[in-house]
Amino acid sequence: MKGAPIFAASRLTLEAGSRVLVQDLSFSIRPGEVWGMLGRNGAGKTTFLHAAVGLREPDAGTLALCGKPLDAWDAPEAARRRAFLPQTFHDPFSARVIDTVLVGRHPHLSRWDWEGEGDLALAAAALDAVDLAGFEERDVLTLSGGERQRVALAAVLVQETELLLLDEPVAHLDLHHQSMVLEHLVHLAGHQRRGVLFTAHDLNIAARYATHAILLTPGGGALQGPVAEVMTERILSGAFGHRVTRLQGAGHPVFVPE
Amino acid sequence: MPARSRAALLILLAVAGGSVFAALALGSMPAGLAEVLGGLTGAPGTAEDVVRMVRLPRVLAAFATGGLLALAGALMQVLLRNPLADPYVLGISGGAAVGALSAMMAGLGVLAVDAGAALGALAAVLLVFALARREFARIHLFSALDASPRLLLTGVILAAGWSAVITLMLTLAPEARLRGMLFWLMGDLNGAESWLPAFVALLAVLVLTYPSARDLNVMLRGEAMAQSLGVRVAKLRRTVYIAASAATALAVTTAGAIAFVGLVVPHALRLVLGNDQRVLLPASAMAGGTLLVLADTAARTAFSPQEVPVGVITALLGVPMFMALLARSGAPR
Repeated sequence: MKGAPIFAASRLTLEAGSRVLVQDLSFSIRPGEVWGMLGRNGAGKTTFLHAAVGLREPDAGTLALCGKPLDAWDAPEAARRRAFLPQTFHDPFSARVIDTVLVGRHPHLSRWDWEGEGDLALAAAALDAVDLAGFEERDVLTLSGGERQRVALAAVLVQETELLLLDEPVAHLDLHHQSMVLEHLVHLAGHQRRGVLFTAHDLNIAARYATHAILLTPGGGALQGPVAEVMTERILSGAFGHRVTRLQGAGHPVFVPE
Repeated sequence: MPARSRAALLILLAVAGGSVFAALALGSMPAGLAEVLGGLTGAPGTAEDVVRMVRLPRVLAAFATGGLLALAGALMQVLLRNPLADPYVLGISGGAAVGALSAMMAGLGVLAVDAGAALGALAAVLLVFALARREFARIHLFSALDASPRLLLTGVILAAGWSAVITLMLTLAPEARLRGMLFWLMGDLNGAESWLPAFVALLAVLVLTYPSARDLNVMLRGEAMAQSLGVRVAKLRRTVYIAASAATALAVTTAGAIAFVGLVVPHALRLVLGNDQRVLLPASAMAGGTLLVLADTAARTAFSPQEVPVGVITALLGVPMFMALLARSGAPR
């Protein structure tokens, strides 16, 4: 199961103004692992993702992608190894769904390349994986929030990266598509040895689909480890300041707030 | 390039050639096919001389100016991620107008007016750059309505300032110079003989921006997305701003502040060709040039012997065109 880490944070500190969001955080993502990142609103989940993608400098500590410091990567080369799904989208212009998905192929194409048959086949497969086959010619401005999020997920999938950093990837999805997308991510990690980190507010999504959990606590602390070790009644209740009860569902635990 | 896009660009090129030919033929002294070709190849004759020495420089200036405006509009719309952006939105035309009108008020000649326009445009470009310098470097992590509301606001406020100075100058200007000043403000190709700088600028801006055309497509998805996909966002935004500003400055120096070409042409093309900048940028250059050549031909001939500023024609064409586009894009699909 073990392999060299795809991603590693070492003594990472992230601040927002005078607030310390993350302090001295060290952890790594190895091939095959699916990490669920949990924490209250404003705990620093999105800020962490921005730092992990390289959109923001850490206030202290280092980040590494595939064993090489993040800031030493050439931007397009890094983009061939890790993909990022932001939380929100805003489309000022009309665009076809297929073109929006093909944007994910950008780092794989050289300057004068046009998207070819292979890229189109990848895009079709990715749209199929998020249950949007047949949406190729639709205008993104006519999609619902959940459909738009699935288009963005398809763009992340065609990027074909070892690491996927996803900010609330299933927040707008209905039940069926939530499990469809998460099953696919678990499949990518398990069968293609990718590393996945997603943020979520739904504890049960993390409990069911993640192999590991990282819980950001107020004041910059973090608890991390295999899901079963981190996601306990006591830890979750403390972290969220709200009593949580663990029930045993059909094969996996279910957490219910009181 | 997909066959459909290549065909579209070839059609636009053919239409551009046709419009140039028509513009050379039409006027107070109509010229036939033989005379136009004779004029272009340097054959002797009165009609040939009119084609070569009177019409050709003006038609080329019109084409280059229209191409520059449409290209600048397309680039500004991507830079600001705002479909309503046009080449003048950041106040470049205002600065150019203040420079040009100053030269006119002082009673200086055509060259000084052009130099004044160029200097004014440069001042406006540098002012925006200095005031919003940090905006170019900053990457907005959250996808918002506009790519850079501060940049847009800075430009819009400066444009309002220029506009106040222009009004003040018009109020104080001597009666005899007002007509020329108003023509300049509307955009006028009469006497626009210096087509070469505009033409060179058109090619230079295309050459500068075309290699980044796919990066621009990615930028339209948001700056955080673009950066994460390997686009060097800060550098690209500076390049696009400089290219769009230079294009606007050259266009305005050549022919004054011609309205609507920069706003309408990229939009109309997007509806037909889609929003791939690899197709849209060259298409804008050709369609913008074509539109202005045709509009200027109408400005010369429609009220003959009286000439109207070409900016009136583009505005009269542009307003209904834009309304139609808005109505179409607002319709349920």
